[in-house]
Amino acid sequence: MSKGPGEPDQEDGEVRRGQEERLREVWAAPKGWRYWSAVNNTEVGVWYTAASFAFMLFAGVLALMMRVQLAAPENDFLSATFYNQVFTLHGTAMMFLFAVPIFEAVAIILLPQMLGARDLPFPRLSAFGFWCFVIGGVFVCGSIFFGAAPDAGWFMYPPLTTNEQYTPGYGPDIWLLGLSFIEVASIAAAVELIVGTLKCRPPGMRLNLMPLYAWYVLVVAGMILFAFPPLIAGDILFELERMFDWPFFDPSRGGDPILWQHLFWIFGHPEVYIVFLPAIALVAMIVPTFAQRPILGYSWIVLAAVGTGFISFGLWVHHMYTTGLPSISVGFFSAASEAVAIPTGVQIFVFLATLLTGRVIYSVPMLFVSGALANFVIGGLTGVMVALAPFDWQAHDTYFVVAHLHYVLIGGMLFPLAAGIYYYWPIVGGRLLSEKLGRVAFWLMFVGFNAAFLPMHYSGLAGMPRRVWTYPEALGVGTANLVSSIGAFVFAVGFLVIVWDVLRPRGDAPYAERNPWSAGTLEWLANMPGENWGVRSVPIVTSRYPIWEQPNFIDDVDKGRFYLPDAEEMKRETLVTSVLDGEPLQCLRVPGPSFMPMIAAIFLGAVFIFATFHWWAATIASMVLSTLSIIVWLWRGTAQTPEKAEKDVGLGLRLPFYKSGPHSIGWWAMCITMIGDATAFAGLIFGYYYFFTIHADFPPPVTAGPGTLWPNVALVLFAVAWAEAILARLSNRAGRVGMARALIAGGAVMSLGASAALLWGPFVSGLDPTVHVYPATVWVLAIWTAAHGVVGSLMLSYCLARSFAGQMTPEHDIDLSNVALYWHFMGATALFTTGTLVLFPMLA
Amino acid sequence: MQVFGKTRDNLWTLIAAPVIWGCHFLVGYFLAAFRCAPNADPFKNIGSTRGAIAIVTIVSLALIMLVLRRAWREWRTDGGGFRNNQDTPEARERFLEFSTLLLAGFSFAAVVFETMPILLIEDCR
Repeated sequence: MSKGPGEPDQEDGEVRRGQEERLREVWAAPKGWRYWSAVNNTEVGVWYTAASFAFMLFAGVLALMMRVQLAAPENDFLSATFYNQVFTLHGTAMMFLFAVPIFEAVAIILLPQMLGARDLPFPRLSAFGFWCFVIGGVFVCGSIFFGAAPDAGWFMYPPLTTNEQYTPGYGPDIWLLGLSFIEVASIAAAVELIVGTLKCRPPGMRLNLMPLYAWYVLVVAGMILFAFPPLIAGDILFELERMFDWPFFDPSRGGDPILWQHLFWIFGHPEVYIVFLPAIALVAMIVPTFAQRPILGYSWIVLAAVGTGFISFGLWVHHMYTTGLPSISVGFFSAASEAVAIPTGVQIFVFLATLLTGRVIYSVPMLFVSGALANFVIGGLTGVMVALAPFDWQAHDTYFVVAHLHYVLIGGMLFPLAAGIYYYWPIVGGRLLSEKLGRVAFWLMFVGFNAAFLPMHYSGLAGMPRRVWTYPEALGVGTANLVSSIGAFVFAVGFLVIVWDVLRPRGDAPYAERNPWSAGTLEWLANMPGENWGVRSVPIVTSRYPIWEQPNFIDDVDKGRFYLPDAEEMKRETLVTSVLDGEPLQCLRVPGPSFMPMIAAIFLGAVFIFATFHWWAATIASMVLSTLSIIVWLWRGTAQTPEKAEKDVGLGLRLPFYKSGPHSIGWWAMCITMIGDATAFAGLIFGYYYFFTIHADFPPPVTAGPGTLWPNVALVLFAVAWAEAILARLSNRAGRVGMARALIAGGAVMSLGASAALLWGPFVSGLDPTVHVYPATVWVLAIWTAAHGVVGSLMLSYCLARSFAGQMTPEHDIDLSNVALYWHFMGATALFTTGTLVLFPMLA
Repeated sequence: MQVFGKTRDNLWTLIAAPVIWGCHFLVGYFLAAFRCAPNADPFKNIGSTRGAIAIVTIVSLALIMLVLRRAWREWRTDGGGFRNNQDTPEARERFLEFSTLLLAGFSFAAVVFETMPILLIEDCR
């Protein structure tokens, strides 16, 4: 390591102690009640994981209640109505409150460690996501204690759920609004993880040296960005029907309940892979460690991850084979469902090959990995069976499918996760979990799981339908169900052994030695017990397994011989690097503890909760408060002007603090968020064209449209505002601040005018959204675009205020660059909306 | 971007082939839905729709072949090595080229899979 002139001497113990004290103080978690303002990944990640597991245990109890009910024919342990709530909440909580969030939670803990980063780039966004998740989750789960839980299955099919006659009460609203709120958390996590993986890798970590976990995180976060927004679009349509009687799913007024199924499963099927891939990612980290060799076929894993990520979006209709779609459409989805077995199989063979060519140590994590592979392969094979439409027509809605999906999810996700708990616990808790308890837990879980779910294949083929609270003795599935119920309890006991192992008091038991499994990747640099700073110095990486392959690596990191060994300005810092080669580009100041994310999440949660109960005044008040709190958060915490332009980060390298435009991580985050937003918009547009394909004449000739005048006026005004946003950025950059301010103000006003004009069109032509699905679809597109126009105006006003407050200058223009980027998406949205509302009817 | 007379690979070139698969899938789905969803005449032959999908398939396969050919040639020029864990820009290129090759091969197979229904199904039933 070369030392630059005037740099501290890292070989001097006294110098290092001073650095360590400063780092420790800067990265320390707040004390006392302020602890809950922490935003560092070491705190938020652990809270997130704990909360996910709490919801999982809750949903597990619901599962056991179902198994008690089903243990004997014609049982009456639960009433039919309550059983409906129990199975709905079981599925909902397991998927939305455990399977997806646990990925985000674990990634928030592990990803910075694996990338040798001090933290992810947007710690407050992670904290915001966590608080949204907890509030939404408690709201949804809590409803069952008031007998008000959703009770129509985790997919909420209309017309059962859209019609008050069949589903009275608030159940479906709680599901729709509570989960929409949680989806905000998932998209926040996706933004955080994509930018983290691409921009916060350690110097030298080229794409070909990235840990496989990071590849999976990148793929899965990308999938979230395209899978969750269609569900948000679906939720909007659904809630408009339930609250205001807009007939999107009502066939008597031109709607179609199948549209909901499409939007739900465009989300729902990729979600299975969103759940599965991160768990397999853990396996990809565990297998090399215990095979004591690098992974064999790194490129093949990347093929598998990326290939699965794409193909998983072409499978959604295999949940809808029995809806009477034309068989040619069914054929396409059947083909894709078969094709996805190729990349899925590839990664299993890669793991097996790595194990076969290594010297395997059979420890508890490996035991869970073996169990995972065995169970998942069974689930995968039944998956190939149900991917075939003729077989699915027989097995659809029977316990065969229940067996299949649990083999996939428990084999493909829970077992790897248990392996991950045993493997990674030292990083969180500083100690190893018990080898003995681990083996007991594994065998209880493995035997219990198979006893519970293997007989369900039989029950299903014998004719036992899903989601039915009891069955007659004559069906002959009593014994199979009793075995299933016993197995479920054995499985639950096995899981509780893990919970006990994690939570049991350890007194003064010694901490684990460092890198207890002799692994090769960066996360094992962690001290036992861990330090909040993540890594002592941000290393230069030249290998896939630096601890194995780079000589003297741990010592060099510990002695601070790499980058950022100190926090001399007492600020939290990490490095930003380039996407392809990990070249250092910027020293990023990372924000510290704050209550603002929590406050913003509480107010935003209040919006959704009050809306559920139709308390409109409170809803609007919360909307204003959540907007204000987000503005306060942004104003005080983002795009801060640093006290100096650059700093020496060590090894003679000087890096700037401030970068704007495409070089800033904020710009990336805005771009990624808006891609998600555009996908939700595409979901609404899909609705419009879906109605066009199912109706012989759409728009219906008798109904007036929004006219051509006002939508075109809106388009022109939006285009002017768009141009003004871009010109404002250019003028500001060129130093013409007065001009820039005038353009910003003009853009803000134009945008409001454009939004008003867009809504005025359907209003003056008297379009009534409750009469037919066409006016409803027009209104929903107009409202979506107008709402984005209002947000665009607010953003421009924020930039104006920042400019007057001296926070935004020609040199420091992150805010305006990001807002100009928003306006590109805004402009495209306006263009598509007007094109669809005005141009398309003319062509059609 | 040309580096030493070759394309510099990045994440976009990596996902080019599966994106083509995605477009093929969407267009095929839309053409079938456009023809069959109104459910007006389920027994009528849909030869023109099948033909249109076949054309989309040929175009898609050709595009994927272009991606595959480029990745193959550049990877071979690089020596066609399977080892790509070194700390050099060449190793990164080699890794991206080989992964692109694998993804293109897979996308090709997926498009072929995806087209098989039009060989068997003659109407909208």
